[in-house]
Amino acid sequence: MTIDKQTDGAGRDGSTAGRRSPIGFRLDPASGVPVYLQLVQQVEQAMRLGYLKAGDQLPTVKDTVAALAINPNTVLKAYRELEHRGLAGGRPGQGTFVQGSLGQPALPQQAELRRGLLSWLRAAEAAGLDEAGAGALFGSVLRDFYGRPGQAAPDDRGRAGQQDVA
Amino acid sequence: MNVIESHGLGKRYRRSWALRDCTVAVPGGQVVALVGPNGAGKTTLLSLAAGLAVPTAGQLAVLDGRPAGSPEALDRIAFVAQDAPLYKNLPARDMLRVARSLNRQWDQPRAEARLAELGIPLDRKVGRLSGGQQAQLALTIALARRPDLLVLDEPLAMLDPLARHEFMAAVMAAVAGDGISVVLSSHVLAELERVADYLIVLARGQVQVAGEVDALLAGHRLLTGPAAETTQIAERHPVVHCQPAGAQSHLLVRTGAPAAQAAQDWPGWQARPVGLEELVLAYLREPGAVTPPPLTLARAGADSKVRG
Repeated sequence: MTIDKQTDGAGRDGSTAGRRSPIGFRLDPASGVPVYLQLVQQVEQAMRLGYLKAGDQLPTVKDTVAALAINPNTVLKAYRELEHRGLAGGRPGQGTFVQGSLGQPALPQQAELRRGLLSWLRAAEAAGLDEAGAGALFGSVLRDFYGRPGQAAPDDRGRAGQQDVA
Repeated sequence: MNVIESHGLGKRYRRSWALRDCTVAVPGGQVVALVGPNGAGKTTLLSLAAGLAVPTAGQLAVLDGRPAGSPEALDRIAFVAQDAPLYKNLPARDMLRVARSLNRQWDQPRAEARLAELGIPLDRKVGRLSGGQQAQLALTIALARRPDLLVLDEPLAMLDPLARHEFMAAVMAAVAGDGISVVLSSHVLAELERVADYLIVLARGQVQVAGEVDALLAGHRLLTGPAAETTQIAERHPVVHCQPAGAQSHLLVRTGAPAAQAAQDWPGWQARPVGLEELVLAYLREPGAVTPPPLTLARAGADSKVRG
């Protein structure tokens, strides 16, 4: 998944006349992640990396649809999801704009969580799981935990029956 | 509102029925994908809806109850047939002139602006344009009529991948800009997933699957587990397609709304989400498996009067 930083920096000054967003969307057809979620993740990623700041405009529905050949409802769904997460807001007649920020503060607990994960990995290794096996198990539990069955593991789709799932 | 609604619709060419006893409700305001094997009756259904052919039996209404083929229906439907039929010897400009004089509604500035945007020279003969440009010209003519419903029969079949992308981008831009309804038939399943809101699978003239794409995907899972337990799963969830593989079975099951249940119900079974392509293939392999359309739609279809 890549974020394109558009070379002409129009719109950064906050003028509504320059209706350009600092980012453009890309799709990864092989990822298995639903398209609307890819758009959500790209906005979040761009916010983390500083390409998008509060007040910046997101690409318009029409531009996105024309660039990616996807259904406009998919873009609207992504923007609704971003609004739901408190990261974006619509301005009638103008478009959707970034709100807030996504800087992940360094959690004090992070080191401890990391240690816990390491000891789990050692236990998994002792039980005979290799790297891929541990990754698959973790990914599966992660998806179950957050209850997002729509997300498949990469390379997981379109291969009904071709692989023996262990 | 339903953009196409039929009851017991049939079309016979000489002795053989191309479509028989077809009852379908195609919702409006969406991009609806119509898929099915060759000979399922997709093209026949779309031609009947566009008023290009007359039904042999049954009733057919378009755009909220207007009889198919009536003047008020014809003005509001644009149809692009499989091979984008155009006069190959005419320059693009004259092709527009022909279309303009054949239609009551015509937006010439818009048509010219689109062709300019696409870099299609007005003085070039249609036959000398590339396949992608010819498809875009046919689409331009369809959109210049300012339709409420755009019907596309296999629009992607003849196009290379880039032209396919550009064609669908143009259709999606029209949906975003004008809010038109779109019904398209296609065999290119992978691309439908990105563009379709609603899916209809037609098999032998009958609706096999109908529903919102998101709901259909969320309501099906591919389960993999011990073959011996297959019947227990089948008691719990309708199995669309079963692929035995020795000790293991791969089952495509309809789980209904909360799809996450399927795996948790059956320890030892692995559940994973399905893509649109997989889902459609499973149903095409099992013509007997039928997913009832959502209740609201079935009711809308039964209640509203249709004029034939």
